[in-house]
Formats: sequence, structure tokens, C-alpha cells
Amino acid sequence: MLSIVVNGAPHFCRDERSTVADLLRELALTGKRVAVEMNGEIVPRSRYEASPLAAGDKLEIIAAVGGG
Amino acid sequence: MNAPHPPPVDPLQIGGRVYRSRLLVGTGKYRDFAQTREAVVASGAEIVTVAIRRTNIGQDSTAPSLLDALPPTEFTYLPNTAGCYSADDAIRTLRLARELLDGHTLVKLEVLGDPQTLFPNVRETLKAAEVLIKDGFEVMVYTSDDPIIARELEEIGCVAIMPLASLIGSGMGILNPWNLKLIIAEARVPVLVDAGVGTASDAAIAMELGCAGVLMNTAIALAQEPVRMARAMRLAVEAGREAFLAGRMPRKLYAASPSSPTSGLIG
Repeated sequence: MLSIVVNGAPHFCRDERSTVADLLRELALTGKRVAVEMNGEIVPRSRYEASPLAAGDKLEIIAAVGGG
Repeated sequence: MNAPHPPPVDPLQIGGRVYRSRLLVGTGKYRDFAQTREAVVASGAEIVTVAIRRTNIGQDSTAPSLLDALPPTEFTYLPNTAGCYSADDAIRTLRLARELLDGHTLVKLEVLGDPQTLFPNVRETLKAAEVLIKDGFEVMVYTSDDPIIARELEEIGCVAIMPLASLIGSGMGILNPWNLKLIIAEARVPVLVDAGVGTASDAAIAMELGCAGVLMNTAIALAQEPVRMARAMRLAVEAGREAFLAGRMPRKLYAASPSSPTSGLIG
């Protein structure tokens, strides 16, 4: 069990070797237009599959919403 | 195959790109995405602002999103930094927005100083603008109507200066046309009124003063009939621009200058 924080809330990944791409798949966000920041650094889309998650990682997954 | 669009007459030029519409609109405060789209389309706007927020985890993944209603292929998305109270927050937000929008660099910078009035913190705005411009962003900057700040923002390289007409969401219209005129007279980049527009005449006045464009959200979204107001705003921006280009008649305290002949009066 991998314990991380996603958008300010605790999240548990069953697979200890999860990557950012795995997380997005788990959250049904694959193919959606989002951006990912991990521990304060932006993870480029091209690196989702190659970015492993570690215990305690803090992720922000953001999207565009209505605003002025 | 579609016929190519003719080049726009009197285009709005921002940061090396041209746009046909001088009306830019926000996408917030609408009833739903359908209304958002209807209003944005009625406004004729090509550039729409969006906010950058945490995506909803656990939400139904088939639920429609803003991007379904307003595809980024059809509109130019202008990410904003609404809700940011520090330069660091704004910089972080826009870097994420750039990643989100495939490297797109045209952004709206706003750094707020007060949650009640939403008045901009111009010191933090200047700090953020400097960093963002060095990082390759094309910054359209929301600011107060202080001509000195506007000058400094232009000098550090902002591609557009966007002074408020009045407080965000207030609909009070242009409270200080004199400051706006000072800013417009000196600026060599486009000046767009952003914030405080309430109805069509406000937008027309902004254009008559010489603004390159107008950015608004609440004026349309909170009108009794938003789609109708969006149409009104489109016409107002066009009318104001035409009046500006036509060159208005001079104002006089009194003229004794009738439009009808003074000779041949019936005796």
C-alpha cells in the first residue's frame, strides 16, 4: 500500500510500484486534459509512465474550469 | 474543404497574434456549460479566460467538462490566476496552466490583495510579471488604473495592460475614465479594460476611450438574459470601436451651432 496525498486528501495506491500514469488510470483521468505537480515540481505529460510514486508524495492534479 | 477566412479588418493584435474580436469573455458564473457556450458564442469572443483548479477526484469521469462545451481547438484559452494572493502562487499556477495547455504561453496574470474587494496587489503583480516574462510567458496583466504601475508593467514586457474599470464583479462601469485615458495615451501595447463592466454602454465607453479591447465575465453571466447581453456586448464593443476610429465631434459647453440653416427663416 502506497500512502500519498492527492489534491490535499490522503490516497492509497494498492501497487507499491505505481507511477503517475497508473494513478491517473486509477482515477479515470487518462486522456483528460490535466496537469500534474508532484512535490512542487511539474511532471510533464511525456513523463507520466516513467515517474514512480513514493510514500508521502504530494500531488496536485489540476484542470481548467470556468472563471473570469 | 472550408473556405479560408478573410483577414480580419482592424484586428486586435496581442503578443504577435491577431484576433477578429475585441471582446474577451470569462467562463465563470453561468448556470451550466450549455449556457456558457451559448453566451460565449453569442459574444463572438475568440479568447476566453479559464481558472486553474484541482480536478475533482472521484467525480464521474463521463461528466461533461468546460472543455467539451468550449473546445480549446475552437477558442483561445487564457488561463488566469484568480484566487492567487502572492506572486509565487500566480507563477506556480501559470506554469501548471502552460503544461495543461500544451505549452501555450498567453496568460492573464492577476494577483489579488484583498478577498472582499478583490483589488489587485500591484507590488506582487509586478514581481510575478517579471518572473513570468523571463520564463517566456506572454503576460496580459490585470492591474489597478494607476498609470505609473501600468507604465512599469509595460516596461518589464507585459504584452497587454488590463486596468480595472471598477471592482471585479461590481458592474459599476468605468469609475475613472481620466486615469484610463492617461494609461491609453502612453501605452505602446494594447490596453484592455478588465473588471467592472456592467452593461453595454460601459463596454462602448471603454472602446471610445481608445481601449484595444474589453474583458468581462459577470456583466454577461449575471445579466437577466446572459445570451442577449452577450450579443449586446458584441455590438457595444464594435460600436465603440467604430466611434473611436471615426473620431468624435468636439465637446463644447455651449455652441450656438444648429444643424439647420440660419438663413431663409420664415418671416
